[in-house]
Amino acid sequence: MKEIPFTIASFNNYLTERKFMASKCESCGALWLPPRPICLNCKGDDMAWTELSGKGTLVAFTVIGVGPMPMIEAGYDRDNPYCVGIVEVEEGPRISAQILGVDVSHPENITIGTPVVADYVERGSWHFVEEVAKARKVYLAFRA
Amino acid sequence: MARDKRRLGRGVAIVGAGMSSFGTRRDVTNRELFAEAFADMKPSVDKGFDHQDIEALYVGNCGAEMWESQSVMGNLCADIIGLTPRPARKIEDACASSSVAVRDGLIAIASGLYDVVLVGGTEKMTNLSVNWTTMALACGSDTTYEGSVGFTFPGLYAAMATAHMHQYGTTHADMLQVAIKNHTNGALNPKAHFPMTIKDVMDMRTAKAKEKGQPVPAWTDEMEFLNDPRYNPVIAWPNTLFDCCPVTDGAACLLLVAEDRAKEFTDTPIYIIGTGQASGHNLHDRDTLTSIPAAKAAAAQAYDMAGVGPQDIKIAEVHDCFTIAEIMAIADLGFFPEGKEAAAAAAEGITARDGAKPINVSGGLKCKGHPVGATGAAQMVELFQQMRGEAGERQVATDIDLALNHNIGAHGTTAVVQIYERR
Repeated sequence: MKEIPFTIASFNNYLTERKFMASKCESCGALWLPPRPICLNCKGDDMAWTELSGKGTLVAFTVIGVGPMPMIEAGYDRDNPYCVGIVEVEEGPRISAQILGVDVSHPENITIGTPVVADYVERGSWHFVEEVAKARKVYLAFRA
Repeated sequence: MARDKRRLGRGVAIVGAGMSSFGTRRDVTNRELFAEAFADMKPSVDKGFDHQDIEALYVGNCGAEMWESQSVMGNLCADIIGLTPRPARKIEDACASSSVAVRDGLIAIASGLYDVVLVGGTEKMTNLSVNWTTMALACGSDTTYEGSVGFTFPGLYAAMATAHMHQYGTTHADMLQVAIKNHTNGALNPKAHFPMTIKDVMDMRTAKAKEKGQPVPAWTDEMEFLNDPRYNPVIAWPNTLFDCCPVTDGAACLLLVAEDRAKEFTDTPIYIIGTGQASGHNLHDRDTLTSIPAAKAAAAQAYDMAGVGPQDIKIAEVHDCFTIAEIMAIADLGFFPEGKEAAAAAAEGITARDGAKPINVSGGLKCKGHPVGATGAAQMVELFQQMRGEAGERQVATDIDLALNHNIGAHGTTAVVQIYERR
């Protein structure tokens, strides 16, 4: 799979195919999520794509009523808040994502350590300019 | 290998410091706020100075491109205060922009290139709606992996708070004690955005309810008010409105000079004896969610250069953009062990203005306000005044020979820590 560059665009293309991919350093074996082109451990750049199981654990979270524009466009507001958090995947690394399937009306009942599985959501893009922001993209999420 | 020990090529002193009023400032722009800070700074230089003495300008500004649709803030600030054709530049490092600007000005003097440099920052944030301001601030996150999946700034610090609560048993009440303390301090600061204690806020709300003929709320104390969601709503759980700093307009600046020329400008210069700066990963890529590694790294550099330790620092201005941020800051700086002790410091009065380790006597970002690109310089303005005994009503009683500021860019992807000495 080396022909696919270790870029943000490649990661996003995989998400569009509902594939959750990380980069693995061929020199030292370190796993990078989000994928990186350069290994922070050995500074090598010999990477390979590897698919993750999608299983993980919630390690930090919040419930937000005033989100950034793409979340507002997606219908979230004070009356319809969303949960976003940091998930540690079973292979080791951590990533930020929207957390689905939790009781956002009672954040005090959401618990760190909750098992989650990878899921995918489609929203507009991150941009101040509307013509760019309206482009639909698939984002990583996790479901409790 | 990089050197561990770093020293300035020559010493640098602050000889003047000033700031604009902080708040919602109608009908002014970034450059005009900077001019106001400059006008406030001028009389603080006891022996005076000539415009011609200033050889360069370094201005911190985080987001005029977003809030004002205006770039080139360095040049505009140079122009309005009459510094052209001196070199001027804008520095952007999110909420640490002006500390980085000060540090770059300091490095320019230490290098021998200049003797006299004007440094500071400005931010006009109240031009946009809450939604767009939330978006603009979230541009300081990694928008590919953090902002675009839904994280906001209150949200990123809220996530750190949930991790802190989980790991150390920290409570939301511990966090709110930081807000109560910093509002108590800021009530004495005439330039603060909200110069009111939490009790003052409660009295104001009660009066408003009476005036409107609404049921008059009856809170027994500050904590009961802060736990009333009608008056203190959740912004990003567990962060409520009063856990968050306000969105503020303001500017601040300092006149830096080479140490051997300091006495030409004042008999009481404040020397910058330690400076540290570090970068950091996205939140999810860090080994810890309950401290800010870049802040620890910057602090280690500053303490090493200054040859002092946390126990020697008399007062500190730290980056309390959210209440949990102060709890993490005072541990990252080595003032308290990470966890329970740091979380309880405000409730126990240790970090109060009359406590053993006064933190954020200005009111901090929480009460004084957080015009992001001006915040670090404004922390230094407070320390300059406190160290010279010129802080008026909020003057700390202790003799302050050593002080420290801690300024975080974004959620810890930049950190600057500096140490100041009065000889």
